[in-house]
Amino acid sequence: MKNLSIRNIDQGAIMKLNKIFKNAFLVTVACLFLSACATSKKSTGQMQGDVYTGKDTVEYLASGVPDRVFFATNESVLTTASRETLRKQAAWLRKNSKITIVLEGHADERGTREYNLALGERRANAAKDYLMTYGISSDRISVLSYGKERPVDSGSNPLSWSKNRRSVTVKAN
Amino acid sequence: MMFRTLFIFSLIFIPIKVMALIEVDITRGNLNPLPIAVSPLSIDENSKKNFQKILKKKNIGSEISKVVEKNLKTSGLFNPLNKDAFLQSPDIANLKPRFEDWNLIKAQALITGKVEFIDEKLRVEFRLWDVLAGKEMMALAFTTVPENWRRVGHIITDKVYQRLTGEEGYFDTRIIYVAEEGPKTRRVKKLAIMDQDGSNNKFLTLGNELVLTPRFNPNSQMVTYLSYFRNLPRVYLLDIETGTQEVVGDFPGMTFAPRFSPDGKKIIMSFAKDGNSDIYTMDLENRIVEKITNHPSIDTSPSYSPDGKFISFNSDRSGYQQIYVMRSDGSNVKRISFGKGLYGTPVWSPRGDLIAFTKLHKGKFYIGVMRTDGSGERLLTENFYQEAPSWSPNGRVLIFYRETKTDDKGEGFSAKLWSIDLTGYNERLVNTPTDASDPSWSSLLSN
Repeated sequence: MKNLSIRNIDQGAIMKLNKIFKNAFLVTVACLFLSACATSKKSTGQMQGDVYTGKDTVEYLASGVPDRVFFATNESVLTTASRETLRKQAAWLRKNSKITIVLEGHADERGTREYNLALGERRANAAKDYLMTYGISSDRISVLSYGKERPVDSGSNPLSWSKNRRSVTVKAN
Repeated sequence: MMFRTLFIFSLIFIPIKVMALIEVDITRGNLNPLPIAVSPLSIDENSKKNFQKILKKKNIGSEISKVVEKNLKTSGLFNPLNKDAFLQSPDIANLKPRFEDWNLIKAQALITGKVEFIDEKLRVEFRLWDVLAGKEMMALAFTTVPENWRRVGHIITDKVYQRLTGEEGYFDTRIIYVAEEGPKTRRVKKLAIMDQDGSNNKFLTLGNELVLTPRFNPNSQMVTYLSYFRNLPRVYLLDIETGTQEVVGDFPGMTFAPRFSPDGKKIIMSFAKDGNSDIYTMDLENRIVEKITNHPSIDTSPSYSPDGKFISFNSDRSGYQQIYVMRSDGSNVKRISFGKGLYGTPVWSPRGDLIAFTKLHKGKFYIGVMRTDGSGERLLTENFYQEAPSWSPNGRVLIFYRETKTDDKGEGFSAKLWSIDLTGYNERLVNTPTDASDPSWSSLLSN
């Protein structure tokens, strides 16, 4: 439940359901139902929409602290899951106040090189901004865009591309 | 590296004025290339021996003619005829061709010439003949250091091309590009430079740091490019002759997408900060930095018009990547691409009338051209992935790079340079010793 992103669920449908099920308990049931639908319909288990949700390439900064967040094509908006990952990173950074980080922004191979450099920078900054709202000083964060120069997955298919659209938090010291 | 200073270019014959009966039309796709005979340049025994010692080539006369022949063939406008069919020996043909013999093998034009070793130098003369009219169309001679023999072949081609098409040639030119090796996830990239025909390839960096998007300045002596030296992606300037490199400007973040202004005095580029990329210029003399665009969107891939009055660039201010044109001070920004899909990498033609671009539509990448107001869009080639067109100095040919799709195992990746005529015909692979991307075409070196 907690990991469910409602971004890909028809907002109109939710509104209607909210009207029908005024009772909070019933709304919860409806969400569970929708969540099941969303999983079976939209996700291959690894992608939601075109955002990667799998774990194949994810590494960990500490136990339970994933190092990366993923983006939709041409987007730099943080998904619900990304924000949760970044909150875990922020908590870890607050506990380890001497650690500084580099946010490495990346794009998939389906864009022109120069635009992708800018897009990678934009994605890494989206992550940076979010970490800052959770109390991490910008002094501890630097940003580095690789554009499409350093894919983690060399495949030429939608799943590979989704793994490559990412911002990775790397310990700098 | 640059032979300019050593290159002595002298014209000893005044071309005889004749009405050119041969004309090559380069405005359309040329499906009937002009049959042309390139007779090996004749050479005397003594010169032959001397050049063999210096250049390790058996017969430098026929080597030069091979360069000319290959250039003419690659242009797509000429069909060099098989030498086995030639009836007249090179030395006699250069004095006076027996036109009926050349007519017999269907040659419409004939190139003859002579190579000599004089005062440690290479002296080459050549003539272009109109076979049907039975007349000489031009005659020129050059003297240079022997090591420049390939350039002589390129210059001869430029002269012939110009005489027969009425347009300046593009053969005595070079390409700077990024040489690539290694797996897709850890590509090693180096700056490399080569002659337009792929010869004299040379690596300019060692591959220790990632380098991208090299571009020549107007006289092709300097290059601006992006380097990840010390993991700080910044625009650099490289002097090809001396090898000296320097960072352009002092920016607190990534600078990228550099190009020179047409007078070579400024570099225009993007600077990314806090998730926003805008376009800046830096004057190379007084180091003054100017901000040209000011918009929360991504503004990048700037390219000047040849008169320096306008700048084209791509921006996602409309929500998606599209091409815009503005005055060079940043005023009067106008979107010019309105077709379906995304548009990027606008590059202004050296003639000023067209902008070449990359387009992404329904999962395919195209190289195309449009007028500078966005009208008359024409797509030249479609593929899985290709981008970054660069114009030949005469504005007739585009060079770009193309990447292949990998298979299910992530294998089979390659990146290669390709060229295509503005007409959409004559698409060709440009041979490079390694994989290659981000090509930039120089100006004519002999100008």
